Amino acid sequence: MGSAPDGTSLGGLDTIPKLLLHHAKVRPSRPAMREKRLGIWRCWTWREVEGEVRRIASALSALGLERGDRLAVIGDNRPLLYWSMVAAQALGAVPVPLYRDAGAGEIADALACTEVRFVVAEDQEQVDKLIEIRERCPRLEQVLYADPRGLRTYRQPFLHKLVAAAGREPEPCARDADSFVAEIARSRGCEPAGIYFTSGTRGPPRAVVLSFDNVLATSRAVVAFEGLTEREDVLAYLPMAWIGDHMVSVGLAYCAGFCVNCPESPSTVMADLREVGPTCFFAPPRIWDSIRSTVTIRMEDAGALKRRLYGSFMRLAKRAGLRILDAEHVGPDDRLCYRLGERLVYGPLKNALGLSRVRLAYTSGEAISPGTFDFIRSLGINIKQIYGSTEGSLFVTVQSDREASAGTVGRPLPGVDLEIGEEGEVLFRGAGGFQEYCKDPAASLAAKAADGWIRSGDAGFIDGHGGLHIVDRAEEAGRLADGTSFAPMQIENRFRAVGPIREIVVFGRGRDYVAAFVTIDAGRVGNWAERRGLAYTNYRELAQRPEVLDLVRETIEAINRDLAQDAALAGAQVRRFLILQKEFDPDDGELTRTRKLRRRFIAEKYAALVDMLYADEMACEIDAPVAGKGGGITMLRTRFAIGEAKVLRTTQGGAEAMRQEVATPA
Amino acid sequence: MHPNGDVLLRVEGIALAFGGVKALADVSFDIRKGEIRAIIGPNGAGKSSMLNVINGFYRPHAGSITYKGRTARHMRPHQAAQAGIARTFQNIALFKGMTTLDNIMTGRLLKMRGNFLLDALHVGPARRDETAHRAVVEQIIDFLEIQAIRKVPVGRLPYGLQKRVELGRALAAEPDLLLLDEPMAGMNFEEKEDMSRFILDVNEEFGTTIALIEHDMGVVMDISSRIVVLDYGRKIADGTPDEVRRDQAVIDAYLGVAHDGGKGA
Repeated sequence: MGSAPDGTSLGGLDTIPKLLLHHAKVRPSRPAMREKRLGIWRCWTWREVEGEVRRIASALSALGLERGDRLAVIGDNRPLLYWSMVAAQALGAVPVPLYRDAGAGEIADALACTEVRFVVAEDQEQVDKLIEIRERCPRLEQVLYADPRGLRTYRQPFLHKLVAAAGREPEPCARDADSFVAEIARSRGCEPAGIYFTSGTRGPPRAVVLSFDNVLATSRAVVAFEGLTEREDVLAYLPMAWIGDHMVSVGLAYCAGFCVNCPESPSTVMADLREVGPTCFFAPPRIWDSIRSTVTIRMEDAGALKRRLYGSFMRLAKRAGLRILDAEHVGPDDRLCYRLGERLVYGPLKNALGLSRVRLAYTSGEAISPGTFDFIRSLGINIKQIYGSTEGSLFVTVQSDREASAGTVGRPLPGVDLEIGEEGEVLFRGAGGFQEYCKDPAASLAAKAADGWIRSGDAGFIDGHGGLHIVDRAEEAGRLADGTSFAPMQIENRFRAVGPIREIVVFGRGRDYVAAFVTIDAGRVGNWAERRGLAYTNYRELAQRPEVLDLVRETIEAINRDLAQDAALAGAQVRRFLILQKEFDPDDGELTRTRKLRRRFIAEKYAALVDMLYADEMACEIDAPVAGKGGGITMLRTRFAIGEAKVLRTTQGGAEAMRQEVATPA
Repeated sequence: MHPNGDVLLRVEGIALAFGGVKALADVSFDIRKGEIRAIIGPNGAGKSSMLNVINGFYRPHAGSITYKGRTARHMRPHQAAQAGIARTFQNIALFKGMTTLDNIMTGRLLKMRGNFLLDALHVGPARRDETAHRAVVEQIIDFLEIQAIRKVPVGRLPYGLQKRVELGRALAAEPDLLLLDEPMAGMNFEEKEDMSRFILDVNEEFGTTIALIEHDMGVVMDISSRIVVLDYGRKIADGTPDEVRRDQAVIDAYLGVAHDGGKGA
């Protein structure tokens, strides 16, 4: 290496490539990245990562990547893809991570919107999609791929193997090294670090431009707030295109200098989690839900002794564990029993899940159900909510260690200002505030005011302790026909991942009562059905069983009773529901690529079924979409039975629920 | 995929009978290096018998087998294995209680230079040997995308995955000729698609010659370079998928015009 780069000679550590050079110098032999390949965890130190990024940068530059160009990255979480992004940044180009499961059409739109010239694709699957859309993307010039399998016979001149291209020049000479550093030194913190797509719950995803300053100022604030060090381990398993993964696996990792671990394949994540034992674990609510669901199923199948042990210690955990984690007063006998439980139940359970070493766990992306949140915390795992958006570099508010609860999303991150605007919309301003939407100045102007305040689009309020509460998307919140306020997200949250229910979508705006679509948790309900000897062959048949309808009804009624105790939600008890005969799927547009519900799309797609929920019949037959044989969707004449749940009428204060049935099942 | 290579295996005038039942009568065909050769035919046509003759399970009453230029009436199964012929079975023949990894490892058996004492103590060359074999097995696990079931006992796997593990074990022997007996039987559409992909990839990536028996005509026509059609132990057609599809004798055999009840499977 020519000149020894440090912060001062580079003009401050204000970009990610500058941080890479810094870490390669300050902690050259600390692990920076691991990947499980062929059954073995391979490790790269910071110095080795610098070498890899340098090789990729020289390959990209040889193919003609220039300052200001956009380079898309698409595939699983692979070191090579992360390095390609940093290599692009080193050359002054802007990386654009895309969702690996996006269809060809979605990719074409994204490439056109961001004017991408280069794509680094993981494998044949992605390359095939790119070949399909190449005609529609005139600006797309070169495609590089990481995994050559199945691509041997491809002869397209624009295809290049990434490793081979990098290997063309075996050892970069000193002049190359200098030019690599010189290129890095030319970039400034105010320049774009990357373009990230929003999940698009409300419409088509938007391309958000974030600068290095956005990413790094936010990351530094989080590193300081949580006290993260170079000794952390994280598992990079969430989609690379999601800002959440980028902030953790690149932003925080490059600020704190810790190690990012890439799983062997998407199907081995749970096993890899156990092997890595991360100290920080970040997951959207659906992952936490599925962890809880898995544990519950396993315990249902366990022997009687284990079941009783688990049951009694989990009751203790709920009573004492939460208070211990919040450093509140707990009696000495409960404290002693909890410690015993840690040895007998909680510890082994956390170990089996790969969460023993976790000292910081985040949930983000959407609201988490209180049941799941308390379950995880009661085991002694310090899970906290964060609130934010792609436009705010993920972090707007963070819960501090002793104030975590399912209700609030915490206080603003240091350096972020928060305000409630007109009509209760949450506004924020801070270093993480995005630059602009790609090629959409009108939308940029609408979302970000000249003075830096950004509209979140979420309705919320700030409580007496400064904690932010999110009610719903501003445009979703409304009222029932009788004037009762109706916030679908809050209601859904109470039902989601409870017992047999996996997802729930509630309707009610401008209607007489609240009604819902339910999808069932196939694992849990399947297990339940097997133990009762109920026959089924697939999800659809399971969903059609009358016993399952009854099971879901009982669950809804139990939650209705809880809702009746809550003055704000008593009027929003679910009265009628039906079970959908396929699970929601991003390929069918019902979920975003980050697996969030697209409520409006679902309401339009299943309009006929929504009408049924507000009609008098108890069942009907309509043509409904079901998962087809070879993937895809086919329309099938399907019978839907409507379930009617008891709704409790409440007194004015809502404190006392009277057992008065409003609707009786036919 | 293009069968221009040298002949790897030639069977000539093979006849086989069980008591009075003639399983095979005067069957001759060849398999060229690097091709995917399908053997099809209605139930009881003698397809599995033909594979069993090739890898030495059955001893033909007449005819000869020429493999890699050497002609013999009969090869014993272990000779066939040593000469680079591996196979999978119609009814999966795996060790149900062993993990995926261990099952595939058994496919390396012939490549192991065993020394009982060293192996038992797991020292010196035995250890290095195992590391090397494990590396090959891991390549196969990666290739077949079964990382997630590496440590799962095979008996607990669904049928489609067991088939894939069996293919993995056959591949572990690094065969020159791979015999697949109904690799897609009992699979659903998606599993068949995956399996077809793997068979094509094996052929393309490793250059392995493949002979397979399969009932699903769509799959056979899609992936094979040449097809032999058997009916009642006789060869009734031999050629490319297009030639076979147009062949009157084949159509008759499958639609049951010439025989009674010879319905295609």
